[in-house]
Amino acid sequence: MARPTSGQSRPGRTLLLLLALILAMGGAMILQKAFTPKLGLDLAGGTTLTLSPLTPDNRPPSQESLDLAVNIIRDRVNGSGISDAQVAKSGDNIVISVPGVGQEEVIKLVGTTAELRFRQVLAAAPAVIPPAEIPTTAPSPSASGSASPSGSPAATPKSRATEPTAAPSDTARPGVSVSPAGRALSSALVGPASAPSPPAAAATPDQSPSAQATPRATGSTRPARQSTPSPSASAPPPADQQDPLAGMDTTGIDPAVLQQFRDLKCQAQDRGQGAQDDQNKQLAACSKDGAERYILDKAAVTGTEINSASSGVADTTGEWIVQLDFKSKGATEWSKVTTTAFNSQPPRNQVAMVLDGVVISAPVIQEPIPGGRAQISGSFNQQSATELANQLKYGALPLKFVHSSVVSVSSTLGQDQLSGGLVAGGIGLILVVIYSMIYYRGLGSVSVLSLAVAALLTYQAVVLLGHNAGFRLSLPHIIGLVVSIGITADSFIVFFERIRDEMKEGRRSLRTAIEVAWVRARRTILVADAVMFIAAVVLYFLSVGDVAGFAFAMGLTTLIDVVLVFMFTKPLVTLLARLKFFSKGHKLSGLDAERMSSDTTVRTSAPQEA
Amino acid sequence: MSGFGTLVRRLYRGEINVDFVGRHKLWYGLSAFLLIVSLAGLLFKGLNLGVEFRGGSVFTFSAPAASIEQVRSTMQDAGAHQVIVQTAGERWRVTTESLKPEAVTKVQQTVSDEFKVKRDQVSVDVIGASWGGEVSEKAVIGLIVFMLAIILYLTMAFEWKMAMSAVVALLHDLVITAGVYAWSGFEVTPATMLGFLTILGYSLYDAVVVFDMIKEVTAKLGTTSKMTYTQAANNALNHTLIRSLNTTLVAILPVAAILFIGTTLLGAGTLKDLSLALFVGMIVGTYSSLCVATPLLVQLKEREPKYQAIARRLGSTKSNKTPRVSAGGREPVAAGAAGAATSAAAPEPPSDKRKKR
Repeated sequence: MARPTSGQSRPGRTLLLLLALILAMGGAMILQKAFTPKLGLDLAGGTTLTLSPLTPDNRPPSQESLDLAVNIIRDRVNGSGISDAQVAKSGDNIVISVPGVGQEEVIKLVGTTAELRFRQVLAAAPAVIPPAEIPTTAPSPSASGSASPSGSPAATPKSRATEPTAAPSDTARPGVSVSPAGRALSSALVGPASAPSPPAAAATPDQSPSAQATPRATGSTRPARQSTPSPSASAPPPADQQDPLAGMDTTGIDPAVLQQFRDLKCQAQDRGQGAQDDQNKQLAACSKDGAERYILDKAAVTGTEINSASSGVADTTGEWIVQLDFKSKGATEWSKVTTTAFNSQPPRNQVAMVLDGVVISAPVIQEPIPGGRAQISGSFNQQSATELANQLKYGALPLKFVHSSVVSVSSTLGQDQLSGGLVAGGIGLILVVIYSMIYYRGLGSVSVLSLAVAALLTYQAVVLLGHNAGFRLSLPHIIGLVVSIGITADSFIVFFERIRDEMKEGRRSLRTAIEVAWVRARRTILVADAVMFIAAVVLYFLSVGDVAGFAFAMGLTTLIDVVLVFMFTKPLVTLLARLKFFSKGHKLSGLDAERMSSDTTVRTSAPQEA
Repeated sequence: MSGFGTLVRRLYRGEINVDFVGRHKLWYGLSAFLLIVSLAGLLFKGLNLGVEFRGGSVFTFSAPAASIEQVRSTMQDAGAHQVIVQTAGERWRVTTESLKPEAVTKVQQTVSDEFKVKRDQVSVDVIGASWGGEVSEKAVIGLIVFMLAIILYLTMAFEWKMAMSAVVALLHDLVITAGVYAWSGFEVTPATMLGFLTILGYSLYDAVVVFDMIKEVTAKLGTTSKMTYTQAANNALNHTLIRSLNTTLVAILPVAAILFIGTTLLGAGTLKDLSLALFVGMIVGTYSSLCVATPLLVQLKEREPKYQAIARRLGSTKSNKTPRVSAGGREPVAAGAAGAATSAAAPEPPSDKRKKR
């Protein structure tokens, strides 16, 4: 009858294994100096802003445009100097979390829609101070490389003839934005150097040649940001002392904008992300990498006039290009602005594409482009071409957002919620402990110990997840954890009831009864836990906000429950069964014959008789 | 009360024997009544949707000295209309219509001046009207996927009849819990949705444990067995009764703690909303796994020729009494429980029921 399993003989070994696991996690905590969980903003205090995209037909927006919107907002937030802000995608929503209270600032930052506009360049100059850092948090080692200002002083005096051959000076600015992880918003600007290839690329300005060879039927443009005459022909002197506009043609430029231009340093803070540019006014703006600054004319074409944009390889030259197709009104406007630009002198032969107040590309116009189809070529690689095409597509259908929710929790309320959750958890635990001690007596101590170990494991997991996987403990998590006390305790109850069942039959020793009961209880526990786990996984992947957090906590504790029952509760019960206190059925052990049944002979357990 | 003490002792020893399955008409009737009442509540009274679903602004701050009128008039002075003031201890929770960012700042400023609270200690929650809809839409999608996944899983782990019974019991729990919310007028917030979703897991968890035992017990039924499927299932049910009650109690204790803390210490908020839904749902969930899921399963199973044959053979010789009843003639304890097996069940042998079907 007895079915000894392998686990029966080595409960000690399993317990040691669990101890090793706990110590390993503890060791990791000590190594990382991580002893407290990272708290979410609803507990630590802070502002959480949820933005939902607003599309005309209520269809979910494409992932690309959503990613781009996240990047744009992240740029704005990082550029604003708010520290520790997080911008993340959650389903179709964008969630911005800012520690500390100050929701007005954040709301202002994200309040406007990022729009794309085409503006003719009126004047251009390198940024005053070489951008020492990029507004991203990415530790891009290329930052130093980018410090070299205007690499090739093309020194084209503005009086020069405006033939498109001025374009070959389109040496891309050494890769300023080598940051990985989708942050290379500016890459279209800087050409191949911006590919997330090793920062070494930054060292060599790309002398992409041969550009002007083929005038294309559709009209072609060529990024040429270097054609800008720098104020002095050789290495630029400290610009503070020099008017960047020296020797520049400033006719037709609003004096106020000129002053703006002079003041523009193109550092992270004043790069102008998200600045609501008035399309009927001139604008002083920076390039995305902060290396160049421009004075731009009134918007000639708005991004919404773009019909489509795509990247591809040109048939003739085999280089990466971006193709652009305007709607009818846009085509007329585009034709007009390219004609004007074509007939102007550098730098006014460039048309800048301004996304969210920042110049993402400013190609030189090589010929007037009627018909609404344009092609941008030169120094692209696959990634930078795709990126620019995506940005243009985004400009065609800019994502508008509504503030779905703005939650700002003061630090005291957060504190109260945290302590409330913890007190509730504590009371719950104590009640469960009292109940199981009364009901299961000696066995109750096993469940109390098990719950203690479960609490320890959960705490360790939460701390380690917080420091290594960005897990932030929030109120829904705490509630999820407290609720799961019941689920964890249930595993013991199932097991204990089985043991008592076996004992009631009265023909088994305690040790045998435990093994038989375990085999049966094990299956029940696994099946039931699997149900909980499926619930957690489905909810986690299909829901938003708090629901997902709650589901995560539920899934985590279900896993811990399985580990616990297999590695702690069962071995411990096996060990305890060797004690006389339990095996002889002491009155307080919870396994005494009297409490099992007053009359074992009458009442044999029915189910087994079936 | 010695009667109660005896009941507890009998429960502890597992001597209780309630004819859950045999009285399925009673349970079905009760459940049908509850469902109708719940649906009527949902249809005619509707749910009291929280600010998260309607859209609005919620300000939370501590002001020990303030009175309700003071808080209300301060809010209205600051330009908010539709002011609802709630309080818990020193904490005030004021709900207004959805305010523009500037208006929010103004209210914060006014509150901060009026009640001498630091400006950044005024918590704000501004929710667009579509947000709650989005949350619940996702929740409903999650629910449907979850149901399908669970049916699939239980069909593999057990069989499809068990899966269907469990899911029906689940829907039963959801509707009744929603009905409780409709009639009581408790506020429904996204946190309540969380509670509903947890009930899903919990209700199934309970049913799964019961079904696991039924599966084990009925697996031994053969052509020569002395029990019908009904009797065996009822036995299994009684067998896990203690566990079910224990588990429910152990699960409800922490939830009750959260409910208590959430209501007294923090006033309205996530803690209270969530735990209230759990509290109601867990009680309904335990009832349904015993009195709805199992009888349903039994009715489905008794149609199988194998179990029909057993029932026919036994039906002529035995009543619906389970073998355990022999021990049941104890004290007149808990008539509802013990009596069920003896008096109530006797006049209605299983064979009769089968004919009706």
